[in-house]
Amino acid sequence: MSENILIVDKLKEKFSDSIESTKVFRGEITVVVKKESIVDVCSFLRDNKSSKFNYLSDLCGVDKLAINGTFEVVYHLYSITFNNRLRLKSVIADSENPSIDTMCPVWPTANWHEREVYDMFGIVFDGHPNLKRILTPEGFVGYPLRKDYPINGRQPENLKEIYRKDYDRNV
Amino acid sequence: MSNTELMTINMGPSHPSTHGVLRLLLELDGETIVKCTPDIGYLHRGVEKLCEYKTYHQCIPLTDRLDYLAPMSNNLGYVLAVEKLLDVEVTPRAEYLRVILTELTRISSHLLWLATHALDIGAMTVYFYAFRERETIYDIFEMVSGQRMNISYVRIGGLANDVPGGFVERVRDFVEKFPKFMDDYDGLLTKNKIFMNRTIGVGVIKKEEAIAIGLSGPSIRASGVTWDVRKNEPYSSYDEFDFIAPVFNNGDVYDRYLVRMEEMRQSNEIIRQAIDRLPGGSVNADSKEVVLPPKEEVYNTMEGLIYHFKILTEGIKPPEGEVYFVIEAPKGELGYYLVSDGTDKPYRFRIRPPSFVNMEAFSDMVEGQLIADVVAVIGSLDIVLGEIDR
Repeated sequence: MSENILIVDKLKEKFSDSIESTKVFRGEITVVVKKESIVDVCSFLRDNKSSKFNYLSDLCGVDKLAINGTFEVVYHLYSITFNNRLRLKSVIADSENPSIDTMCPVWPTANWHEREVYDMFGIVFDGHPNLKRILTPEGFVGYPLRKDYPINGRQPENLKEIYRKDYDRNV
Repeated sequence: MSNTELMTINMGPSHPSTHGVLRLLLELDGETIVKCTPDIGYLHRGVEKLCEYKTYHQCIPLTDRLDYLAPMSNNLGYVLAVEKLLDVEVTPRAEYLRVILTELTRISSHLLWLATHALDIGAMTVYFYAFRERETIYDIFEMVSGQRMNISYVRIGGLANDVPGGFVERVRDFVEKFPKFMDDYDGLLTKNKIFMNRTIGVGVIKKEEAIAIGLSGPSIRASGVTWDVRKNEPYSSYDEFDFIAPVFNNGDVYDRYLVRMEEMRQSNEIIRQAIDRLPGGSVNADSKEVVLPPKEEVYNTMEGLIYHFKILTEGIKPPEGEVYFVIEAPKGELGYYLVSDGTDKPYRFRIRPPSFVNMEAFSDMVEGQLIADVVAVIGSLDIVLGEIDR
């Protein structure tokens, strides 16, 4: 963790305008980064010799609309070289049309993760090569992991018809 | 003059070699795959959503059903994340028993992989042998938890109950016999000419690509990356055991086979060490707010009754905060990201499934290969759709 504090200091120095806050809980450091510079910060962390966060362990979304009207995108970075973990977070304030830059150029693995976040939360990743729903079928209405989507949420009755038409067209 | 065009065929979602409900759209030029588009989501049950509506204890059975071939690993990863959130210390006996059962799970998961992988490529005999040993392991699970597959045996702060009498002898019996069985599988496959022809040089992924695409577990160790969560970030007393994480360099189907074969032997050694040094004492942490009191206390003491009701009606309330905990599941790096808002239910329950990310690398592996290699590569990635679709 001590190395992580050094890295956070370095980040603060280099991206002084972009780092909004840092927090330590149970030995895990969370750095909140402005969403405009998240890609720059991540490529810096990946390429810098003293951090080398070459592995994107996880990318996910969190719905905080009910708490403060925002979405969060959370990045879990891991360095296989230094055996070190770091959590980055970006807050998306625009809850009507949430969007953030894609991480695919930095880590190709972000591709499916971002599709899942789009599928579940409706967050658009600008520049994503193939931003389509991944777990729910095309034509699904709503974003299931948002807090305002009910747990017993039903899809429109005619969805079956839509799928059937889709299927017929493809065949 | 010849006129050629690509042919698109649909493999799955109900195909015996896709190991569940995976659908692959293959664009073929003759027998060569030009483009492969996996289509997932057929088994999506919304586990992450469901868990937001359940108390921390009620989430445990849902985690069983992610990677249903390794329920113990899923339980353990989740419970360790909650324990980190709560800052609870677990007793040494519970940790050792967790290690024994997780490694047995790893062996059973790898045995199923071995059986079906060999069957897909055309070697049928291994299937019957591997399932015989898997049966022995499931009998041990049944003895311990009353269940064979979805065992839900781990609890926050410890285990559901202590292991029954005769457990140690049965595990030791298995551990003694297992290396001999491994030699049998080795003899059937490792130097088998047909098996080698089908697997060597197939589905290759290089070290740098493997890291960038996010492979983990045995699949990345076959590409020459020395990284095992049990070694790098030891949890549940894994640092007290002497074992190696095998690494091979070619990154093809055959090397992924070799990694998993060696892992089974190593897991067997971990179990042997753990069973020899199994500590005594309680399996539950001394933490009244988290662990349910034993039944005698509930019936006979006022305090026990109060805590029993408190935990069952109000649930556990971890402090506000967030943790990310990863373990080495049989398929790779399994992560749980929990966000707590101080109530009895998780605010956000995120699962980082290893199979989901490993599947992402699949297209890169098969494009340019022959159509017959698809089943070999799927088998070598060891995917489970319950975990991919959640």
